[in-house]
Order: sequence, then structure tokens, then C-alpha cells
Amino acid sequence: MAASDTAKKTVSLEVFRYRPDQEDEPTFQTYEVPYKEDWVVLDALNYVKDTLDGTLSYRWSCRMGVCGSCGMMVNGEPKLTCSAFLRDYYPNPIRIEPLTYFPVIRDLIINMDDFMNKLTDVQAWLQPKEEKPVSEGEYLQTPAELAHYKQYTMCINCMLCYSACPVYGRHPSFMGPAAIALAQRYNLDSRDGAADQRAEVIFTHDGIWGCTFVGDCSRVCPKHVDPAGAIQQAKVTATQDWYKSLLMPKQK
Amino acid sequence: MELLSHDILIVGGGGAGLRAAIAIGEENPKLSVGVISKVYPMRSHTVSAEGGAAAVIQPNDSLENHIYDTVSGADWLADQDAVEAFVKEAPEEMIRLEHWGCPWSREPDGSVAVRPFGGMKIERTWFASDKTGFHMLHALFQNSLRYENVTRYDEWFATRLLTHDGRCQGVAALELRTGQIRAVAGKGTILCTGGAGKIFPFTTNAAIKTGDGMALAYRAGVPIKDMEFVQYHPTGLPGTGILITEASRGEGGILLNKDGKRYLQDYDLGQPLDVSDANHPRKLTMELGPRDRLSQAFELERQKGGTLQGEYGDYVHLDISHMGQKKIDKKLPFVRELCKNYAGIDPVSELIPVRPVIHYVMGGVDTDIQAATSLPGLYAAGECACVSINGANRLGSNSLTELLVFGRRAAQAAVRFHGETGDIATSEIMAQGEAEQTRIRERFFKPSGGKETISGIRAELQSAMEDGAGIYRTDESLRTACNKVRELQERFERIELADHSLTFNTELTTAIELENMLDVAESLVHSALARTESRGSHQRTDFPDRDDESFLKHSLAYRTEGGDPRIEYKDVVITSLPPGDRVYGSK
Repeated sequence: MAASDTAKKTVSLEVFRYRPDQEDEPTFQTYEVPYKEDWVVLDALNYVKDTLDGTLSYRWSCRMGVCGSCGMMVNGEPKLTCSAFLRDYYPNPIRIEPLTYFPVIRDLIINMDDFMNKLTDVQAWLQPKEEKPVSEGEYLQTPAELAHYKQYTMCINCMLCYSACPVYGRHPSFMGPAAIALAQRYNLDSRDGAADQRAEVIFTHDGIWGCTFVGDCSRVCPKHVDPAGAIQQAKVTATQDWYKSLLMPKQK
Repeated sequence: MELLSHDILIVGGGGAGLRAAIAIGEENPKLSVGVISKVYPMRSHTVSAEGGAAAVIQPNDSLENHIYDTVSGADWLADQDAVEAFVKEAPEEMIRLEHWGCPWSREPDGSVAVRPFGGMKIERTWFASDKTGFHMLHALFQNSLRYENVTRYDEWFATRLLTHDGRCQGVAALELRTGQIRAVAGKGTILCTGGAGKIFPFTTNAAIKTGDGMALAYRAGVPIKDMEFVQYHPTGLPGTGILITEASRGEGGILLNKDGKRYLQDYDLGQPLDVSDANHPRKLTMELGPRDRLSQAFELERQKGGTLQGEYGDYVHLDISHMGQKKIDKKLPFVRELCKNYAGIDPVSELIPVRPVIHYVMGGVDTDIQAATSLPGLYAAGECACVSINGANRLGSNSLTELLVFGRRAAQAAVRFHGETGDIATSEIMAQGEAEQTRIRERFFKPSGGKETISGIRAELQSAMEDGAGIYRTDESLRTACNKVRELQERFERIELADHSLTFNTELTTAIELENMLDVAESLVHSALARTESRGSHQRTDFPDRDDESFLKHSLAYRTEGGDPRIEYKDVVITSLPPGDRVYGSK
């Protein structure tokens, strides 16, 4: 397509607006922006902010799909707007809303305090089986041991999975996909020895047993983390642990 | 106004800031730490670093090798005492990060793997696939959650340093959710706010990289050091500036001009080996030369007519296809993902269009080897600081390690200072916080009657910086840039915000960022104008030679009220390596 051809084309953005200090109810505002083959939805929002309406607020930073800031609902689907291309929606209008199931602070900005607290609750950090001084060098870990948990390290905390999770929508106390996947990331790490402590938090009704395996978390994950798989895997472990505790009560 | 108070404040929650916070947790868990960051820590730009982090680990390597590579890579402008401390502490910091869970890529025996990088004599770049910064940041962030003495102020934007009695006693910060300015007191304050790549149009840097900490220090009278040294990374995607990591060349990728020729051989970087040769890629040669030399070679090739032309300007090709899908997916999966998403090509079978893009600011807040600035109580670490280990050109994979080594050093120095210094002057600090609240409201919310826009001034600034202070510079180009920056600073006074909301007003934060960018740009162009020599990334076509006699010195830019910055100089610390020639591509 020639550049002059695309220059005249435009696309409509229907953008969720809400400023709690000025409006009681959210509204939608429509902006007409230039259509470019290589533009992502975030580029279109930046065009609005820079040239049409400086009052529109949203989060963004890296524009390369790794910082996790710019998650929004795009035509009803949770997406990283830096990775959602206009060409996949054109010529239809694009509706942009804040991620669902989260309280809205303003416009497209959600409140994610809940997730930040859950990350601490699940103890998403390495707790070595045996402490080893730095002077003795690294813990050995084979490529196969690394591969065992690597997928779950790829979570960018973008919150798309929470927005896709109907269980989280109904029960905000549910730990949710990313927090459980990150707990599993450490449980499966050959260097870690704190799975039992995390079990007290995640092998619970608000943890893995709350998940009804809809699987949408894995479908929308932009980094292919597969949180649903992590939860299923944890359920198997929890069940095995339970049987073991019945059969061999002293072996804890 | 309520005064918030901690023993030590950290401004910025990226790699350096989190390393500092953890160090204080380890040193003395009784000290309370406040981490003030304009974004959630895991959004910080450390997350975008790809290739790796340098530390000596191979038995055939040595600290002396790493020191030499760093000093010669820096074109002898690095302080050698700082480089020695950095290189010596680097391996233990990397191992510590391994103990905190960083998923380093491994050798079959389970030990940590390393890869070659530009300007490095021996493989010493630790990596976690090609998302090293991402994994380091998340390992640090998640590990920091365990420290109960660390209080995070996520999405608080520091707008001013609060100083009294000749020392820094805290910061004023804008709480984005409420629009309130709060005074936050601390006996020690550590700036870890990252670089300033957004003052240029094409950059690998994230939107948040607006030089905030540099501007805070500059306005508080602290000099900004060596700002004329700005690194172009030779391989960014045209248009977006998205980084295609140097690891792609470390793993064997080659650069081709429009005729498919490996043009680097024409620019004193040695002779190419065939990609099938067992010795390819040869270290310190061709594609594994340092970034400044590769970016300059691109510009010279462009002038010769050897580059290709596209919608976003001139470009060349990076070819990694000979590695094959298996190796690319194992070693460079993110490169493949980025190319598919943002360049519409698959590097397994297609050439990647690349051009030099602004990547890193070597200069920054002037600190000593303990990360202390000239203002008592104020410290700086990471890209916002200039220690200096990077001199006139940083070697790829030194900066991630720098975050760790100097983040920790800054924390230790701040803890010592905390134990020695007097109490906070509470009422003065609060009064300054209130004055800052008033300044922000009056400056940005009162009608100015002006028609200037944030995006307009920002775009003009970016293009002035590229035109005037790009890969090659002259007296004329820099004077034009100096005048333009001054003009834009004046016009900035007449911007008018449409948004007067107190709730998460991103137009306000963007305006404050632009104010910071203008100050940082001012220090950069004036430092560049004053340095009448060529060294590393600072190339003056009117002064093409390195001039050790006059300029084996760091430049220090001091802000003056209403005028041009005052440029002073201080000697580079030389311990064991007298200035010599930088030799790449030798037989």
C-alpha cells in the first residue's frame, strides 16, 4: 500500500472516559485518528493525547511488550495496546476501555493494589533450600531444571489474565492467575525450598481450588505463561501431597 | 501538609533503586526505607535490557582484562579506580542475584553460561536468554517484597529535592492518584531515576526516560558530568527505535549494506570471517567492535551512499538467518518476537532493518566512587549517575552490572551518612514541600494565555538534539542546538494545560517531564560545545582528534540562574593504564 494512500485513511477510537473529580458516571468519547499500517492502538492513543485531547489518561512506557503498563480492553478483549495493531481492526471502530474487574482510578487507568498485595502474600521470591555464601559461587541448575519453571518467569504483571478470569470477576479474594503462576515459578525452581509455606496460601479455596479452569487467562497471556497450566499442575501436587499425608503421615 | 519520613529515600524503583533498597534491608533492617517511583517498580526501564550483564567468571579471563576492555572502550575517560572497584565487585553481585532467583541461562553442567559482547576480549556477559534486564528487574523486585522495612510509593513523582543547612533532607513528590504534593523526609536520598534518551527522537528508551533525577540534582546545584557522551546503539528498528540486542551479533549476526557487503571492514574494524568459520564471530572485531565505532561506521557508510532508504530514514541490514531457527529460538527468542511484531519480518529467513538509535547516556549526576554527590546526603547510582566507569563510550553489558555494584555502594554510603548526620529540619522541609505544591499549581494550572503545547515543544527539542548533537557534531550544529534549547525553555513558560484534574493527571506529569528534559538537554549541548576534541561517542568533525592534553578531563555542567550553564573540568583518575590507542580488528 502506498504511503499517500494510507495517509488519508482514519479510524475511530471509542474511548472510555472517567474523571471521578469531575464526572459521576463514565462516558465514551470518540476520536478520529489517522490510520497507519504499522501503528498499534497505543500509537493512536498517543496521537490523541498529543494532538487532540491532552486530558486523556492511560499508562504506558516501553512500547515493546515487556514493561506490562499498557493493558486495556480493546473491543472487549484484554490486550497490551503496544502489541495490538490497528490493521487488525480496520476499518471498524475500536472501543478502548480499562481492564475489567478492576476499580478504575481514572479513564483507562486501573487500581492494581490488590495484585501487588497478593504477590507478597504468595511469597513470590526465592527461598533457598540451603543457604550458601556468595563466596561459594552459584547454585548449580541444569538447563533441564531451568526449563522446568522458565515459562512461569515470563510474567510481566500486565493484569490481562485477571481481566479474563471470571472467577476473579466474581470473587476478588481469588489469588488469581498471575500470582499463583509466580508462586509456582518458585515452587518448581530447583533452588527453592519454600513450597510448603506457599502451599498454606495457594492450596486454599481462594487459591488453586477457586479456579474452575476456564483457561481464558492462558489464552490472553501475551507472554505465553500459561497460568491455567500452572494452576492445574499445582492442583495435582496438592492432591498428591494430601494422599501422601494420609498414607505416610510422619513423612511431612 | 503531613510530613512523611524515612531514614533513607530512594528515588526510582528500577535495578539500581531496588538493589539499594535490598542492600539497606541487609545492612540494617531497622532502618526505614522509602522507595519513590513514578511507575510501579517492575515497569522501570531496566526491564527492556536484553543482552546481558558483564562479570568475570571464565577461568581464562581476569579482572585485568575486564578493566582494560572497559577503560579502552571508554576512550580513557573512565575513572580507573571506579572501574577497578566495579570489575572486582561485579562477580559477587552477579552470584548474589543468582541466589535471589535470577534465571540465568546455564551450561549443561549447571553452571552459569556467558556470551561474547562488543568490545569485550573474552566471553563474560551473563544472560537470561535475551531478556536479561527483565529477569534481573523482576528477581530484584520480587526479592525486595520480603523486606518489611521497605515502604514503596508507587506512582509518586519526585519534583524537587528538599535541602536545608547545606544537605539534602528529602524530596517533594506528586502523588499521582490524588494530585497532592507531599514532602518526604530522609537523612539520605539516593537518585536512581535512569537516563534521558527521550530527549532524542529515535531511541530504544521507554517513555519514562526523561532525565528526572539529573534535572533534580542540576537544579539543586549539583554538577552533571560528561553529558556530551551519548551512546547510539547500532541496531535499533527504524521508526520505533526498538532495540535489537547486541547479543544478536555476539551470537554471530552480521551487518550488511545495501549491496549485501559487510561494510564494517571499510572502517578500521578488521576483516570479516565467513559466518561458517569456527572462529566467527571474532572478538573485538567487525560486528563485535564497540558501539560508538559501529554507529559512526553507519553514518559514514550512509554518506557514501551505501545504506538503504525507508519510510523512517536510512538503514542497513542485520542478518542472523544463518544461525538457524533452533539457535535463534534458544538464544534470541525475544529478537524474533520483536521482529515479527514490529518489523513484520521473521529473522529466521529475512534480513532485519536496523539503524543507530539513542540508547544510553554515559553522563549523569557527578558522584564519587561511593556514589556520593557534592551535596551531602545526596547519592546517585545507575544511568542517572556518572561515577564514571563508562567514560566516552559504555561497553554493552556493563550497565546492568553497574546498577548492582553502585546501587549497593550508594546504599552503604547513605547508611553511613545516616548514622553521622543531624536531625531533619522538619518545619523547613515541610515549608519547602508546601512551596513546591504552590509552584506546581501556579505554574501549570493558572491560565498562561500561551498557545504552546507539550507535544510541540518536545518534538522540536528532539529534532534539535538529533540535528545538533547527533553522531557527528560541529561548533555550528551545537550552537544552533544551544540556541534552540534556550528558545524552547522560554516557550515552555507559555504552555497551557487542558487538564486541571487532580486525579492521575498525566498531562501534568508529561509537562514536568518535559521541563526536566529541557534542563538535561541544556547541560548536554553546552558540554558538547565546550569539548573541542573527538573522543568515543563525542565526535566533532571540526576537531577530529582526541586531545588528551586539554581534555583528558570530565566536564561538569553547573546550572546558572537564567544563563548558560557553567562548564568546569576535573581530571580523570588514571591508576595503571596510561592513555593509549583503541585498537579493534587487529590480526
